[in-house]
Amino acid sequence: MNIINLDHMSANPLLPEVQDAMIEALKSNHGNPSSQHKLGDMAANALEKARESVARLLNSNSPKEVVFTSGGTESINHAIKGVALAKAEKGKHIVTSNIEHNAVLRTLRRLKMMDYHVTSVPVDNTGRVNPLDVAKAIQDDTVLVSIMHSNNEIGTIQPIEEIAKITKEKKVLLHTDAVDSVGVIPMDVQKLGVDLLSFASNTFYGPSGAGGLYIRKGVAVWPLLDGGVQENNKRAGTENLIGIIGTGVAADLALRDMDKRIAHAKKLKGLLLRELPNYVTEYILNGHPELSLPHLASISIKYVEGESVVLMLDDENIAVSTRSACAAGALQASHVLLSIGRDFADAQGTLVITFGVDNGEKDVTTFLSALREAVKTLREISPLYPKAAHA
Amino acid sequence: MYSKTVMDHFRKPRNVGVIEGASGVGEVGNPLCGDMMTIYLQVKNERIDDIKFQTFGCGAAIAVSSMLTEMAKGKTIEEAKNISNKDVADALEGLPKNKLHCSNLGADALHIAIKDYESKKAKKAIPEQEKNEPQTSHGGEKCYCPYCDAELESGEAQCKSCQLSSIEDHRSSNKKEGVQ
Repeated sequence: MNIINLDHMSANPLLPEVQDAMIEALKSNHGNPSSQHKLGDMAANALEKARESVARLLNSNSPKEVVFTSGGTESINHAIKGVALAKAEKGKHIVTSNIEHNAVLRTLRRLKMMDYHVTSVPVDNTGRVNPLDVAKAIQDDTVLVSIMHSNNEIGTIQPIEEIAKITKEKKVLLHTDAVDSVGVIPMDVQKLGVDLLSFASNTFYGPSGAGGLYIRKGVAVWPLLDGGVQENNKRAGTENLIGIIGTGVAADLALRDMDKRIAHAKKLKGLLLRELPNYVTEYILNGHPELSLPHLASISIKYVEGESVVLMLDDENIAVSTRSACAAGALQASHVLLSIGRDFADAQGTLVITFGVDNGEKDVTTFLSALREAVKTLREISPLYPKAAHA
Repeated sequence: MYSKTVMDHFRKPRNVGVIEGASGVGEVGNPLCGDMMTIYLQVKNERIDDIKFQTFGCGAAIAVSSMLTEMAKGKTIEEAKNISNKDVADALEGLPKNKLHCSNLGADALHIAIKDYESKKAKKAIPEQEKNEPQTSHGGEKCYCPYCDAELESGEAQCKSCQLSSIEDHRSSNKKEGVQ
């Protein structure tokens, strides 16, 4: 079945080169990187090669600053809980934003149960945090600021560099959830000035179940998992070598092809936004018009509900997302969309379209035609659609 | 995720539309949960002669509306009163747990439409304004906190224990504690 995937945010396909490297690794008799024999050495070499690839992608000073994990969620939990525990004696206050991913929000809620307190800063109607708000929110017992690099629902990119200047001056650690940015747009941890940065391999066509955490040299973070001395004593447990090998190859390709991929995504997004008014009326584009992920478009379509649109497009073999796939199980309107000023009904009609390397211009027009039909059908059913005004 | 019957009613919803001069209208919904539903009844000889719906909502909400109208059509008012939320969900071969509130919405809309019909029939003095505005109910459709699944009071985006402080709260608590 030929399915048009416009939901790359939820799952990216593995690139052929990544598949080949992982299949080869699966078939090979690799050892445990911690072992002292030749099989162990082979595994350790593969592990460190992948670490170097990721360090290059992040422009990290040293591969030692990269810790491999099971993906974005673990990295975020590790960063936030790890700093909170390591710094508990200094203070128990953390600053975040109103539009973070649930991995951040729920981690902070868990910490609240353990007497930590959290201040959440607002965003403007494009989804941007004002660095001055972060400065205001930092207090004497603040130990960590965690602000996402880019948002998974609206694509807005945050002024992390400016926030880093503030946290540096106030001697507070800064973590950024860069799960939707790393491998998509240029990333330079030194220029950004962050202390911790989370990423997921699938974002750049690597395997899911793999990812990592950048921890700047010298930053004390408690491990989430205790046990052996793997990952420079920062993450115990025998490494997911196959996933890490796939991550390394995907990181190399992301760095090599980044400009090309961004240009491709911008072309498709541009076509979508240019053509959209010819297919659908009455919608709102979410996110910042420029400071946004190049491959993501977030559209709130009035008088229809997103899940219904997703199901109808699925019947046409087109995959899109309404809000984030992780949020699809919750019945609440997205906290991100409410934070940028969408009302409940408009938030419910929000589609998130994310392009990938496998999409072409034809996919955009096929999607638009199917969308036009779905919206027309659903508006005919909708009591919110003011028919008299559209007669 | 959805049963075949749900998808069938979602893809081909029965009885979509509006009945002009309906005998009874029932409107329920809470945009906080993302669903709104209006049921129109045409009653002849105490029997539901025609029934139509309009729904803004997810696949389950549309399927529930469609199935409900099929179940109610042709029934007497007394029979229709006995259609329960569970009956609709059962006829749809079940709904995912987090979508069960959609079936509540459906039966509620029907029962309000029946009440509207009965009060019109009894020629109760309904103020002009109320006549023009279909009744709205917020009963039945419970919302749950997205973070801990606790039941929410209407209007809340998340439960109190899951709310993080805003800068404003933070400033006022600083004042209280004499910080800054």
